[in-house]
Formats: sequence, C-alpha cells, structure tokens
Amino acid sequence: MGDWMTVTDPGLSSESKTISQYTSETKMSPSSLYSQQVLCSSIPLSKNVHSFFSAFCTEDNIEQSISYLDQELTTFGFPSLYEESKGKETKRELNIVAVLNCMNELLVLQRKNLLAQENVETQNLKLGSDMDHLQSCYSKLKEQLETSRREMIGLQERDRQLQCKNRNLHQLLKNEKDEVQKLQNIIASRATQYNHDMKRKEREYNKLKERLHQLVMNKKDKKIAMDILNYVGRADGKRGSWRTGKTEARNEDEMYKILLNDYEYRQKQILMENAELKKVLQQMKKEMISLLSPQKKKPRERVDDSTGTVISDVEEDAGELSRESMWDLSCETVREQLTNSIRKQWRILKSHVEKLDNQVSKVHLEGFNDEDVISRQDHEQETEKLELEIQQCKEMIKTQQQLLQQLATAYDDDTTSLLRDCYLLEEKERLKEEWSLFKEQKKNFERERRSFTEAAIRLGLERKAFEEERASWLKQQFLNMTTFDHQNSENVKLFSAFSGSSDWDNLIVHSRQPQKKPHSVSNGSPVCMSKLTKSLPASPSTSDFCQTRSCISEHSSINVLNITAEEIKPNQVGGECTNQKWSVASRPGSQEGCYSGCSLSYTNSHVEKDDLP
Amino acid sequence: MNFSEVFKLSSLLCKFSPDGKYLASCVQYRLVVRDVNTLQILQLYTCLDQIQHIEWSADSLFILCAMYKRGLVQVWSLEQPEWHCKIDEGSAGLVASCWSPDGRHILNTTEFHLRITVWSLCTKSVSYIKYPKACLQGITFTRDGRYMALAERRDCKDYVSIFVCSDWQLLRHFDTDTQDLTGIEWAPNGCVLAVWDTCLEYKILLYSLDGRLLSTYSAYEWSLGIKSVAWSPSSQFLAVGSYDGKVRILNHVTWKMITEFGHPAAINDPKIVVYKEAEKSPQLGLGCLSFPPPRAGAGPLPSSESKYEIASVPVSLQTLKPVTDRANPKIGIGMLAFSPDSYFLATRNDNIPNAVWVWDIQKLRLFAVLEQLSPVRAFQWDPQQPRLAICTGGSRLYLWSPAGCMSVQVPGEVLSLCWHLSGDSMALLSKDHFCLCFLETEAVVGTACRQLGGHT
Repeated sequence: MGDWMTVTDPGLSSESKTISQYTSETKMSPSSLYSQQVLCSSIPLSKNVHSFFSAFCTEDNIEQSISYLDQELTTFGFPSLYEESKGKETKRELNIVAVLNCMNELLVLQRKNLLAQENVETQNLKLGSDMDHLQSCYSKLKEQLETSRREMIGLQERDRQLQCKNRNLHQLLKNEKDEVQKLQNIIASRATQYNHDMKRKEREYNKLKERLHQLVMNKKDKKIAMDILNYVGRADGKRGSWRTGKTEARNEDEMYKILLNDYEYRQKQILMENAELKKVLQQMKKEMISLLSPQKKKPRERVDDSTGTVISDVEEDAGELSRESMWDLSCETVREQLTNSIRKQWRILKSHVEKLDNQVSKVHLEGFNDEDVISRQDHEQETEKLELEIQQCKEMIKTQQQLLQQLATAYDDDTTSLLRDCYLLEEKERLKEEWSLFKEQKKNFERERRSFTEAAIRLGLERKAFEEERASWLKQQFLNMTTFDHQNSENVKLFSAFSGSSDWDNLIVHSRQPQKKPHSVSNGSPVCMSKLTKSLPASPSTSDFCQTRSCISEHSSINVLNITAEEIKPNQVGGECTNQKWSVASRPGSQEGCYSGCSLSYTNSHVEKDDLP
Repeated sequence: MNFSEVFKLSSLLCKFSPDGKYLASCVQYRLVVRDVNTLQILQLYTCLDQIQHIEWSADSLFILCAMYKRGLVQVWSLEQPEWHCKIDEGSAGLVASCWSPDGRHILNTTEFHLRITVWSLCTKSVSYIKYPKACLQGITFTRDGRYMALAERRDCKDYVSIFVCSDWQLLRHFDTDTQDLTGIEWAPNGCVLAVWDTCLEYKILLYSLDGRLLSTYSAYEWSLGIKSVAWSPSSQFLAVGSYDGKVRILNHVTWKMITEFGHPAAINDPKIVVYKEAEKSPQLGLGCLSFPPPRAGAGPLPSSESKYEIASVPVSLQTLKPVTDRANPKIGIGMLAFSPDSYFLATRNDNIPNAVWVWDIQKLRLFAVLEQLSPVRAFQWDPQQPRLAICTGGSRLYLWSPAGCMSVQVPGEVLSLCWHLSGDSMALLSKDHFCLCFLETEAVVGTACRQLGGHT
C-alpha cells in the first residue's frame, strides 16, 4: 500500500493543487476555459478513484482507510473525520457528522462537476460544429479560389490570344496597306506604261494615217466628188463672202459680243437676285426693328444701357439708310452697314429669345400652382359639368310639367266627382301634402337655379333658354296654384311663355326693388355716397353734419374705421360734439355703424331735397 | 391615247423634221416622207443602197441619207423632188455624216478619222479639217448654230478647235489638259464648252467660248470616271454621271459641285414614291394562249397587261452583278436627261437597269423611282412639259409626270421613241415597224391620275 501511495501521491498532490484552484475558480467563473481544461483532465482521475474505491476498503483496513481518507480530506481542506482527540494516547473517534458533511460536500462537488462537464461537452459540440462549418467554408473558398484562378488564367490566355490576333491584324493591315501602296504604284506605273504604249502606238497609228492620207488623198481620186443638180441658195439668202482678215476680225468681235451678252445677262440676273435678297434683308430688318423696339422700350429703362444704345444706333441706321435710297448704292458701302445692323439686331433678338426661353422654363418649373390661372382643361371641365346640370334640370322640369299636367287632368276629374262624392276633405289633405311637396321641390329647384345661374354666367345662351323655360314653368305653377280647380288642361297648355310673363316679371321686379334699396345702402355703395355729397352743398345749415357723416361713410365704405376724433377735428369745427358722437357710434361695429350712418344720411338728404324746392 | 397604223421601218430610222411638219422614215433603201398630221406620203426617194443614217437639215428643207458601207451620202430636197445630190467619199470611206446648223453644209468624217470634209450645197467649195479625234462625241454645235467645237488629236495631245460655222474659219484652237478626251458638249447658251476625259480618269474641264479654261473638276482618282454628261436646258447645271453610280451636279457660277445623287438599290426614305410595274394577271381564256409563247422569260408576255403600284418603302431594287473584268462594265450612270424646264432630271444606273430615277432639281433631292419589269431601253422628255416617256423593248409605253405614271399597251415592241416637237405625239420605233402615238393631254393626265388613285 505504501508503494502504491507513493506512486499515487505525486499525481494526487498535483491534483490537489489543481483542485484547490478549481474550487476557487468554480465559484468565480465555472465556464472559464482554464477550469474546463482542468476538469477534462480530472475526469479520468475520478474514474480511477472510483475503481480504486471498490477495492479500497475491506473489513480489515477500515481503520487505515478511514485514516487515509481523513488525511486526504484534510489535505483537501475538509474538516477532519475524527473527533478532536483529547489526548494523543486515546484513539481518535470517527466523527459521523463530519463524515456525512464531507460526503455531502463531496456529492455537491460531484454534481457541480457533472454540470460543468455537461456544459463543457455541449460547448465542445458547438465548437466542433463551428469547426466543421468553418472547414467547409474554407474548402469552399479554396475551391472558389481555384476556379477564379483558373478563370483568370483562361482570361489571360484569351487576352494573350486577342493580343496575338490584334498583332496579326495589325500586321495584316500593314500588309494590306503596303499592298494598296504597291498596287497603286503598279497602277501608276501601268498607267504611265499604258500611256507610253498608247503614245507609241498612236504615233505609229498617226504615221500610218499620214501614209494613208497621202495615198488616198493626195492622188486625185476621181471618185471623191459631189454630184449635184444645181447649187442651192444660202439659208440666209446672202452670198458667201471671201475669207479675209476683215472677216476674221468680225468673227472675233462677234464672239466677244456673244460672250459679253452672256456675261451681261448673267450680271443682270445676279443683280436682280441681289436686289431681291437685299429687299428681303431690309424687310427682315424692318420687322426686327418693329419687333424689338416695343418690347425693348420697357426694359430699356431698367435694363443695362447697352441694348438701349444699340437700339438707338439701329434706329439711327435705319433712318440713314432709308434717307439715302440704299438700292442705288454699290454693294460695298451698303453691305457693311446693313450686315452690321442686322448682326446687332440678330444678337438682340437672340438674347431676347433666350430670355424668353429661360422665362418659359422657369414657368414650367414653377408649374401651374397659381390659383388665379385657370387652365383651359379645368375650364372645359367646368363648362361640361354645368351643361350636364342644365340637362338634368331641363329633364326635371319636363317631368314636373308632365306631372302637373297629369295632376291637372286628375284634378278636373276629381273635382267633379268630389263635388258629388263629398271626399273633399281627404282630397284636400292629399292635395295639401302634394302641394307642400311641390313647394319643397320648388324651393330646391330655386336653390339649384340660383347656384346654377351663378355658375352658368359664361353660358348665356343656355341660361336664356333655361330662364324662358323656368318662366313658363313658374307661370304654369302660378296659374295652377290660383286656378287649379277651374282651369282646364288645355288652358294651361295655351299659356305661352310671353303672354303672361310680363306682368309676372313686373311683379317680381317690383317685389325686388324695395329689397334692393336697403341692400345697396348697406353695402355703402359709391352711388349713394355721391348722391349724398352732391346734395350736401345745397343745405349749408346741415353741411357740417352731413360732411362728417359722408366722411364717416366714406371711411366705412373702405372698411377702415380707425377715424379718431382728432382726425376729424380739423375738418369740422362747428359740429364737434355731433361728430364725435357719430364716430363713436360707427367705431364698434364696422358694417353696422356704417350702415346706420349711411341710412340716416340718406334719409336726411331726401329730406333736404324735399325741402329745397 | 390613240395610235396610227403601223408602218414599215428599217434600222430604227425615223425622224420628225425640226419644224414638226414632216416625218421621215427609211425602209431599206427607200426614204419616205410623210405629213405628220395626215400621215400621207408626201415624197418617196430611192437611194443607192440601204440607208444607215438620216438627218434633217435645220430648216427642214433637206434630208441627208448616209450609206456608210458605200461611202455615199445622198441629199434630197423636200421642195424640189427632182433635185438630187450625191456625195461620194471614194476610197477614203465614210463613218459619220452630219449637217451643219445652216443646213447648207455637210460634214463627212472619213474612215480612220483622217479628216472631215465639209461639202457645201451652195458653192463648189470643199473644206477639209484634219486630225479629228475618234471619240464618242467629237463634234458639237452651239444651239444658235454659230459655232462648232471639234475635238482633235495631234501628236498625242488633245486639242479643241472652235470654228465659225458661217465661213468655217478657225476661231480658237487650244490644247486641253486631258489624257484621252472622250466628249465635248456646248452649254445651251453657247458660251461654255464642257470637255471630259476618258473613263479611266474622272476629269471634266470647262472652257469659255474664247478658249479660256474656266474650271476643272475631278471627283476622285484611280477609278473609272465619267460615263455621261448633260447640260440643263437653262445652262445652269451640268450633270455628270459616273461609274461610281452617282450623278454630280455642278453649278454655272463657281463650277463647283452643288450636290451628288447616289443611286442605291435600297430606298428607305418614305417621302420618295417608288412606282413598281406589276403584271396584271391576264384572264386566261382559251384563245389567249398564243403558240409558240413569244419570248418566254425575256420579258413580260405581250398579251399580259401591266400597271404601276406604289411600293411601300423600304424598297430594294433589282440589281445586276456587273462583270468588272470586261470592257465597258454595266455599272454607273449611263443615261441622264434634264426635263425641258430644267426642273427634273431622269437617270438610269446601268447596274440597276430596270429603274429610272427622277430627281427634283429645285429641291435637289430624289423625287420618284420607277421600276420596270424589264431593263429600260430609252427614255425621253416631252419637249413641252415635264413628262417622261420610257420604253423597255416590250410592247408597252410608260409615261411619268409629277402627277403620277402609267403604262400603256402599244402595238409592237418599242425599242426607241421620239417625241414630236409639240409634245402631242411621238413615234414608237420597233425593230421593223413604227407607229405614231397621239396623246390627248388632258385625257392622259386624267387617266393617269385615276389609275394612280390620286397619288402624287
């Protein structure tokens, strides 16, 4: 045993060190790498210990094993298994509690170790899979690298080939060029040779011709002859003239005359063309001036002086040119003036057009956000909508007319029967209901009509037709209303649009007029004001009073009612108190005050007018 | 549109007299002169051999008939049928013969262009002009008939001589800066002479009547150059058609190019009206099928009718793949003509042979394109109004005017055509027949408009 112990001792001692470390470490960080390593190394040891334990304690060596264990445990820092001995002599007693505690602690330790082991194992697994993954990644990348390397090689190869080809082509091109050059040289040399040959041949030919000529022509060929019945006269009736120096000179003269004529003709044509072009140029210039001057007049004041001076220059030029009728001038003198002025104007025009372009682009950029600009499309849409509305209204009118007619006929029948059958009350009720319905409809219709008329100002024609219809309808309505139980359906029909309309219209007008008057006054219309002021001087007694009011009303009409007493004071000296009164009265309610004041002045002026004559 | 009866004709020799009263036509060795209005035969002359060329004198009094094979020219008088004149060039041979503008001199070019002989009908005098150049257009007279310009070649250099036609006096003689002069042409006002170089080089020179060089124009180098040249009747423009398929318009003030008209095969501008001739499917009756079928494949069947349709742009025109390794390749502007009022220019691009292009000269842009079913053989402007007559060698005549265009079935296969001075009629020439075609101006325009359904 002793041997064994000695054998195990160094390992244990080393273990003890590590375990002590471990115990301290586990508390701090059980997952730290170092402790794990330690644990890994400790695992086989624990197994050994276990197997060791199986043969460790026997009946015989309980004492020794206990003591050994005690020793061991104490070395590990556990409390001793023995009870504290009182004396050295006495045999130490085994402390069960300590043993149990030790055991418990050992078990706890064991569990902890197991847990840690598990953790470590899972970690290990994870790491293993990570490793695998990384390895596969690595292999993939390696493959990629390989393929790309191969690709690169291929591309390089192709590049090389292309370069080779290019070089070849260059070579070919060069060769071709050389060939062309050579061929051209050959052509040239051949041409010269050909020409040379031709010349030689021609000379020979000429010689032969000469020979032939001598042979054929020189010896009197009897055959060469003209056999003519009688000579005919010349076409111009003249006789042939002898050839002399004179005729030669004449021929020359004639030739030059012809040439001169031709040149003169051409010159005339060119002059005409020139004149034509000048005219066009002049006209263009005039148009340009007329185009440029009005629209430049405004900017001339604010825009830089240069354009202004140019224009004045141009105008001056134009005057000059028109003064001395330019067509008679030779080209050189006119040309410069004309071209210069045209050039200047052209520059102005160009800059102007560019400016316009810029403006246009700006406008485009801004878009059509401006509220006051109604696009054509919108306008058309609006009119379309309105037209549709008109159509609908017309249809409605028609149906209503039909309904009314039906009703009228029904009424006729009903009334005759009612008189007899005494269903009058019920019928009345029903009619009343219908009447109210109609009224409502009418109201609706009126409302619609109003909105509609407001909207359809632009569509005067339709509106007129519509009004006519409305008038007729109103008339019918009216007639029906007044005489629904007496009128025949024919009578209703017989009513024309104009026969009864006038008085009805008058009625409307009359009813409107009184409405209008106060309305206009309330608006503080200038008409009323002018009346007022006109009437003022007629009554000096109340002039002050009126003046003040006119002043007030004037101000109120502009809706600026910040007139203070101080402001009014210089104007009116006499009626100060009243002035102040009025001003005060008018101040709080802008419209109300004004209205009251005006109405009052109005009545007053009437009174004055009445008084005056 | 009415047609006269069909008359016999050989070698497409049929010409209206300059005063518009007579019509001369040849049948083998006989020359027939008819009244234009009645078509009655007025005179019938018999020549010594088959006639190869005829030409009216400017005063419509004489007609020359050239028989190049025999080196003979016979002149006939309309007023005196018994009057006769025969010019024999003998062993020198004859390749060309023409009237001088006064109608009293005949210019005969001998074989190998050894010389030009000027025969007078008034006097016994004979003039010789040496060293004429063998070229496309070596002689040109001014419109007033005063001057003649002649291209010459001496010591491998090109010269131009200007003669006074009244007495054949040399007025000016100057060398031109050309490799191989191909053509000369007076402007209608007679004051400017256009001289253009061989097709191997694009070069056009403008000389004044007094021999001063006014201007030189060259559009490009190292490629085939000028193919055709035309003055506008107002002398304001010179249209130069070239092998690159473009027409360049030069102005008469600076002699610089105003514009160039390309002739692409694809037309994309929706403003341009493209008239496409379309065959109306003929009603196949039993009697309709002729046997043997005439000229199958070469062109539309003569029996079938055709009309114009307005093609919707973009249009791609039929092009011909030119054989570029042969001489005279079929590319470039081969034909161009101004309308008498100078407002329009008609052109044909030789590698788009079915199409005629009409250009608006006032606006300097393309106005209309007419695409025919077969290659255009000839076109000519009405002398009185902007109206273009086109023939394609088929039995149809095509008329274009700014109002529209139409196709008319005509008797015979029209190879060439020739307007009458008044623009009221024209001669339609086929291989061995000709007929006159009378146009009622109002009616024609009306029908044209109707046919086109108001398209302009």
